[in-house]
Amino acid sequence: MKEQETLAEHLRRQGISRRSFLKFCVATASLLGLPPGMAPLMAETLGKVRRPSVIWLSFQECTGCTESLTRSHSPTLESLLFDFISLDYHHTLQAASGEAAERAREEAMKANYGKYLVLVDGSVPLGEGGAYSTIAGRTNLEMLEETAKGAAALIAIGTCSSYGGLPYAHPNPTGAVPVSAIVKDKPVVNVPGCPPIPLAITGVVAHYLMFGALPELDEKGRPLSIYGETIHDRCYRRPFYDQGKFAKTFDDRGARAGWCLYELGCKGPTTHNACATTKWNGGTSFPIESGHGCLGCSEPDFWDAGSFYQALSTPLSSLDKAAGVAAGAGVAAGAAIAVHNRAAKRAAKAGHQAVTVNDLEK
Amino acid sequence: MSDMELLLWARGPGLQGAVAVFVAGMALRLIEIYSLGRKRDLSPARPGNGGAGWATIITRSIPHKELLRTTYLTYILGYTFHIGLFVTLLLFAPHIQLFRGVLGFGWPSLPSPVVDAVALVSIAALFGMLAYRLYHPVKRFLTTFGDHAAWLLTMLPLLTGYLAFHHLLLPYTLMLAVHILSVELLLVFMPFTKLVHVATIFISRWYNGDMLGHKGARL
Repeated sequence: MKEQETLAEHLRRQGISRRSFLKFCVATASLLGLPPGMAPLMAETLGKVRRPSVIWLSFQECTGCTESLTRSHSPTLESLLFDFISLDYHHTLQAASGEAAERAREEAMKANYGKYLVLVDGSVPLGEGGAYSTIAGRTNLEMLEETAKGAAALIAIGTCSSYGGLPYAHPNPTGAVPVSAIVKDKPVVNVPGCPPIPLAITGVVAHYLMFGALPELDEKGRPLSIYGETIHDRCYRRPFYDQGKFAKTFDDRGARAGWCLYELGCKGPTTHNACATTKWNGGTSFPIESGHGCLGCSEPDFWDAGSFYQALSTPLSSLDKAAGVAAGAGVAAGAAIAVHNRAAKRAAKAGHQAVTVNDLEK
Repeated sequence: MSDMELLLWARGPGLQGAVAVFVAGMALRLIEIYSLGRKRDLSPARPGNGGAGWATIITRSIPHKELLRTTYLTYILGYTFHIGLFVTLLLFAPHIQLFRGVLGFGWPSLPSPVVDAVALVSIAALFGMLAYRLYHPVKRFLTTFGDHAAWLLTMLPLLTGYLAFHHLLLPYTLMLAVHILSVELLLVFMPFTKLVHVATIFISRWYNGDMLGHKGARL
């Protein structure tokens, strides 16, 4: 792609019609909570912008986030948008390797200092001096700190980089932390999900390209427009929850009738994401539509939030032992008090003195 | 601490601690109360009153005609609240799921909108009882700090549950955590306040009935 080519020119060259591009802008504008009238403006603005430099750092991760983006459905406008940005460093996607790859990152940082975007997937291990994950002999911490220095903003892609994710799960053997725990002096947007919705990733990038600023965030650093509502709020099975109709197993009559999966452990009520509206695989479906409860993957600590198949209202651990020990202690204490009370009664009885008429006349 | 961490604490160590205090407290209090005993009634029991204790459990659970006329607000609000509380506690699907998790068995639930309406009526009845308690001079005179504490401890789970269900005031995750914590607070204080009547009420009724029956009272 030519260095000075605009997005509109690039898409035209790729054979993408203006209609398709407008469709992408409408979907993105809608996901970002922008008024419908903004879509043409977005198309116009995005069409004119020139290649921003993007450095994608992959730390303790599984490449699922990249897979989500590149393999969602083919060919995607989302992936074309990523073709358009100057993706100067990405382990999985770049052709260069070894020193050449690292040089590409350093050159991109130098050439675009203060202007480039840093996308991170994976958590950063701090245990054992960061030895659990190294790239080109350097720890993830070193690489993140160095790359973040000249960044305009950072986008944490996926739950691992947003909240620690799987590596952060108890007992967190690698001392994993999210990006926001390290980078304090630059704007950081969290786009959690395991993986995140592809449109959520491109939507944040598109927002940044269009407005030159990051979208409004919730208290967990997520774009409010994408993560503002819970899965439960937008779930098509919600009427069954309201009616008290629940599937008891994955193959009973209720499950076949599409009843609510709350009792089977669905975490939809506590999970903020746009799966129920944006859906996956080109708008085909989302997990609940496929008959499985929400795992809560866009929330912090979701790996430690009890079994995926345990209802939200149930205890996380057995109460039998605590109740048994407590009952024993209670009975023992009660017995001790009873003995004391009986002794007091006996003493009172023994010390009782009869009152005579003479006493009263005194 | 994040909302989720608080919820996890409430569902884990918090619940374990609260249940432990509740079980230990109830065992302690019941043994303490019933080990005190009563002085033996040496008089012969009056005839025709066999089973007076059991009968009283039922008769005292039904409003007395005369008292219903004179203190109807106490009766109506009290019954409404108690029935509403039991329906909300025992017939709401997520609650049944909790009982199934703890006891190993469950039962059918009511539709959520029905439980929702019942909970709202219970909350209204509780507020009504508080207003009546503050308004009525005799009730006000008899009211202690413990009564207000018991009212608050009972109100919080109902109110926070209602707010959580409707996603009001706080994010759902946080409100659910607050709801579970309010129940845990109730469990912790239940054995040591007037709320201990949860366990003692029918035993007290049996005792009263049996004593009165022994003396030949018409029940």
